[in-house]
Amino acid sequence: MAGAPEHPPRNPTPPDRGLFSARTRVMEAGDVARALRRMAHEIAERNHGLEGVVLVGLVTGGVLLAEQLALVLSEFEPSPPPVGRLDVSFYRDDISLRRVLPHAVTEIPGDLTDRVVVLVDDVLFTGRTVRAALDALNDHGRPRAVQLAVLVDRGHRELPIRPDYVGKNLPTRRDEDVKVGLDGVEILRQFSANDAADPGSSESGAS
Amino acid sequence: MKHLLGIAGMSRESLDELLVLTDSFAEINARAIPKVPALRGKTVATLFFEDSTRTRLSFETAAKRLSADTLSFSVSSSSVKKGESLRDTALTLEAMRIDAVVVRHGSSGAPWQLARWLDCSVLNAGDGWHEHPTQALLDAFTLRQRFGSLDGLRVAIVGDIKHSRVARSNVWAFTALGAEVVLVAPRTLLPPSLEGWPVQMSEDLDAVLPTVDVVYLLRMQLERQNEALVPTLREYTARFGLTVDRAARLADRAVVLHPGPMNRGVEIAPEVADLERCLVLDQVANGVSVRMAVLFKLLAGADGSTASEELDRAGNG
Repeated sequence: MAGAPEHPPRNPTPPDRGLFSARTRVMEAGDVARALRRMAHEIAERNHGLEGVVLVGLVTGGVLLAEQLALVLSEFEPSPPPVGRLDVSFYRDDISLRRVLPHAVTEIPGDLTDRVVVLVDDVLFTGRTVRAALDALNDHGRPRAVQLAVLVDRGHRELPIRPDYVGKNLPTRRDEDVKVGLDGVEILRQFSANDAADPGSSESGAS
Repeated sequence: MKHLLGIAGMSRESLDELLVLTDSFAEINARAIPKVPALRGKTVATLFFEDSTRTRLSFETAAKRLSADTLSFSVSSSSVKKGESLRDTALTLEAMRIDAVVVRHGSSGAPWQLARWLDCSVLNAGDGWHEHPTQALLDAFTLRQRFGSLDGLRVAIVGDIKHSRVARSNVWAFTALGAEVVLVAPRTLLPPSLEGWPVQMSEDLDAVLPTVDVVYLLRMQLERQNEALVPTLREYTARFGLTVDRAARLADRAVVLHPGPMNRGVEIAPEVADLERCLVLDQVANGVSVRMAVLFKLLAGADGSTASEELDRAGNG
C-alpha cells in the first residue's frame, strides 16, 4: 500500500452522553479485496497448492473472511478448500472473569487429523482468542500444521503468537477499537469531553 | 440468572436464549471427544431426596462434559437418615465450596427454600408436584429440533396431570414458546382447578389425537394405584393409552414424547414406543445438552457485561 494517501483527519462525531467518538478509515473495500487476494495467493504458495488445507473462520469476525478467502482461492486453484467455523467461547481463559456466551455453533468439516488448518480471524490483538482456538482444535483431531491468517494485526500481544498471513499491520492504541468488514476497516476511539481539556480539571485530583 | 427453580414466569426470550445455547452443546455432544474446559474448577453437587437415576446421571454427565467436578450426595446413606435438617445438609455442602447444587425433593418449593439459604446456584431437578424445569427445556428443545419452532404446534399432554411436575413445567414452557396445549386425562387425574392455566382440556383422547402435532404421554405412576384414581390400569390403557390403533390415527408429522421411564403396555403400547416418531431417546440425548447449557449459563463468568459487548469493545481480542 505504498504511496497511499496519509490517513484522513479524524472527525469527531457529535458527543453522545458526553463521549466523542473519532473514526478513521484505514482501508477501503478495494484495499480489503486486494489484501485478501494476496493472502489467498500466499496460502496457496506456502502450502504448494491446497492439498489437505482447511480454512476455519473464528466466530464471528473470521467466518465471512474465511468464506471470502475460499471464494478467491477457487478462482485460481482447481479444488477450493473446505471451510469451517469455530466458536472458542468454551475454551477462553477469561471464562470465569466475565460472562462468555457462544455466538454460533461450531461447524468443522470432518476430522482435522493430518490436515493443514488455516485459522482465519479479522483482528489479531492480544492473541488470547487464537490460544483458545488452538485448544479447541485439539478436540477435532491432530492437524499436521496450524497457520493463522488475519486481516488486521493491531499489536498488543499478550501471548507468544504470530500470524502467518497478514492483510495489514495496523499500529493502534490499546483503547481503540478496530472495525473490520469486507467494505473496509476503521479505527474507532472514544474519548470524553474532559480528555481534550486540562487533565487537572476532572475530579481525579481527589486521589 | 443465578438459579433455575422453575419455568413459570420465565420469558420467551430467556427460554429461547437457553435453547439457542443448547445448540452449541448438542454440537459438542456429537464430537468424538465430547468435552470442553468451560467449567474447569467448578464443582456441582447433586442432592437427590427422591430416587431418580436417569436425571442424576444426566446432570452428572452434563457437568463432566463441561469439565466441572461432580459429587453426589446420596440421601439414603447419609446424615439425613440420622435426622439432619435440609438446611444443615445444604449448608454442609456449601461449606465444601460447591458452585451449584442440583436438588430433587418430594416437597414442592424445597429448591426455592434452598436458594434463599445458599449463596451457590440452585437447580431444580424436580420438586414435588411443582416443577421440573430441565425436563421442560429438553422437551422444548426436542420439538424445536424436529419442527424448527414451537410456534403454532398443538400439543396434547396425556395422563396423570395432577401429580406431574413435568406437566406443569411443560405447560409453561410450551405455551410461552407459542404452542397450544390440551390436557387429556380423566377428571380424577386433573388438578382441582385449572384456573390461570393457558390450556384446553379434554377427556376424549380419540377426538384429540388427529388434531395434534405432539402427543406427550406422562408416566402412569403405578405407586399411586392405591388412591383409586382410576378403576384399573387396563381401563386407563383402554381409554388413555397410546395403543397401536390410536397411533395409526395420528397425523403424518405427529411425534410422541415421554419423559421416561415408560410403562410399556400401560400409557404406551410396546410397538408404539419403538416407532420412528417416538422421540424418547432424542429426549434423553438432548437432556444432557440442555443441562450443559443451564449449568454453563448459571456458572460461567460473573454477572454483568456479556462477552459480545466486551469483545466488541476490545476489537475482538
